[in-house]
Amino acid sequence: MSVLVIADHDLGVLSPATARVVHAVSELGPIDLLVLGHGTTDIATEAAKLAGVTKVLVADSPNTADGDSLVIERFANGYSYIVQSAGSVGKDRLPRVAAKLDIMPVTDIVEVLGPTRFIRPIYAGNALQTVTDNQAKHVLTIRASAFRAAATGNNAPIETIENAVVSAAKLIAQHRTESDTPDLATAQIVVGGGVALGSANKFQLIEQLAKKLGAAIGATRAAVDAGYAPNDWQVGQTGKIIAPDLYIAIGISGALQHLAGIQGAKKIVAINSDSEAPLVKLADVALIGDLFEIIPQLLTELDKAGVKR
Amino acid sequence: MKILVAIKRVVDHNVRIRVRPDGTGVETSGVRMSMNPFCKHAVEAAVQLGEAGHGDEIVVVSIGPKVANDVILTALAMGAHRGILIETDAELETLAIAKLLAKVVAEENPDLVLLGKQAVDDDSNHVGQMLAALTDRPQATFASAITVNGAALDVTREVDTGTEVVSLPLPAIVTADLRLNTPRNAALPMVMKARSKPLAVRPAAEFGIDLASRLVVEKVSPPAERVAGKTVGSAGELAAYIAGEVSQMEAL
Ligand SMILES: Cc1cc2nc3c(=O)[nH]c(=O)nc-3n(C[C@H](O)[C@H](O)[C@H](O)COP(=O)(O)OP(=O)(O)OC[C@H]3O[C@@H](n4cnc5c(N)ncnc54)[C@H](O)[C@@H]3O)c2cc1C
Repeated sequence: MSVLVIADHDLGVLSPATARVVHAVSELGPIDLLVLGHGTTDIATEAAKLAGVTKVLVADSPNTADGDSLVIERFANGYSYIVQSAGSVGKDRLPRVAAKLDIMPVTDIVEVLGPTRFIRPIYAGNALQTVTDNQAKHVLTIRASAFRAAATGNNAPIETIENAVVSAAKLIAQHRTESDTPDLATAQIVVGGGVALGSANKFQLIEQLAKKLGAAIGATRAAVDAGYAPNDWQVGQTGKIIAPDLYIAIGISGALQHLAGIQGAKKIVAINSDSEAPLVKLADVALIGDLFEIIPQLLTELDKAGVKR
Repeated sequence: MKILVAIKRVVDHNVRIRVRPDGTGVETSGVRMSMNPFCKHAVEAAVQLGEAGHGDEIVVVSIGPKVANDVILTALAMGAHRGILIETDAELETLAIAKLLAKVVAEENPDLVLLGKQAVDDDSNHVGQMLAALTDRPQATFASAITVNGAALDVTREVDTGTEVVSLPLPAIVTADLRLNTPRNAALPMVMKARSKPLAVRPAAEFGIDLASRLVVEKVSPPAERVAGKTVGSAGELAAYIAGEVSQMEAL
């Protein structure tokens, strides 16, 4: 009952999601970690430190859905479980792999109840499905935010697998959001801004507060659609799923599609001019008022309280 | 090019759903249904490609009960030419859906298949990718822009790190994200016209595919409810609360 976990990485760095996926499936069997892409030596070295990993496999791959899926399929034979985080790469690749293997995947898993029993949210998180998967092989994606990270300190062997695939699709450009804030999906604190910020310029108020708290930045779909924030900051049913210790939602109404992304937040703070906003109703602490007055005051008060991270 | 669009009828995205007390699922009877929002973006993309001279024929297909006719009519009113309803009252898994669609692709041989990236009921986000696998076509999921570039498409995808552009040789599969376009509301004359467009109804059994479920859904339960909080009166009080939370985190 061995497990193949596909690593997530970006810009030569192993994504924090992978350690969480490894932890999530650690009870299912011995884990091999597959690193796909070009020039991934440093990533493999990081991956080898994760507790619970038996070995790290490194294979060259074209960074496209059809190319990566072909590579994963070649490895699939030797494993009972094929697993990746439910990030944009895993969501794109694993259903394709599953169909090729004639397996119905179980995706967005938030709880592993046993070797064949899993919980996954449906209807934007307003219902939870408990499913049993009795197929010969299991293709799973894991919501990283719902699990703790595996420990480090391991020194698993690294094997490079000679491999060449031809991909029909070609990756021709990547436009990434430049930001030195923490990874949104695994951050401990997130400051989120809504369309009420009114412009990209004013959205910087959210960024200032996030900086002060060492927090990641989130946004609503409305704020992203309006061009105030980049698409990869969107939190919700179709954006990122977050589970920080503290979520500070500013000028956000709390539409159910946004709430879908924040259900795992331990504490929620809402700043809103409308005391009836759904997010205010479910927040642990709410402050009613104009965000343009409140954020500058809050920055000063946090300084006074000596908060610095 | 010929475009096939696959669409799904779901509980309307504005409905606050209720989990049945006996844990057998989500209450769907007497609830407003409509076309899955992501599918609407897929239909709109097809119609826009057509308007730009790239869509000779747009065929829409939906798999579901007889009443799913209504979402096909909506798509026809938006500008699609012809509809196919694959009729079944069973709740099919995404793998079975993809297999049925693969049969339709084999029959219709479209250059491009457009789908929504996910359906807002089961939130699976599988079918486009599975159909691409079963038909051996390249895929671009989560599309926020599509440009025709000779015999290929340049598709901008929304990913966790920002966006990326993928070049896909046709035939190909693309799944729509919400920023791809703004779906039109069909004007009344178009709605009337839609009723006279061809709509074939075919039983799912006719495709000769094993439609049995692979997974067993043991139960469906509501998520844990949050306990109501409190309101503070000033930025100072809020700062004190945040400071308290932050110091607890560091203690961990
Ligand atoms: C299929 C589908 C998927 C979706 N997916 C997502 C998703 O993933 N993520 C997401 O976020 N949304 C998603 N949405 C959109 C969602 O339904 C809402 O439209 C969106 O979340 C609203 O964003 P908002 O809170 O910024 O704006 P609004 O709902 O307009 O709320 C603005 C809030 O700001 C407050 N406000 C205004 N001025 C001030 C001020 N000066 N000071 C303080 N407060 C102020 C208002 O009281 C209000 O509560 C999706 C929608 C659909 C149909």
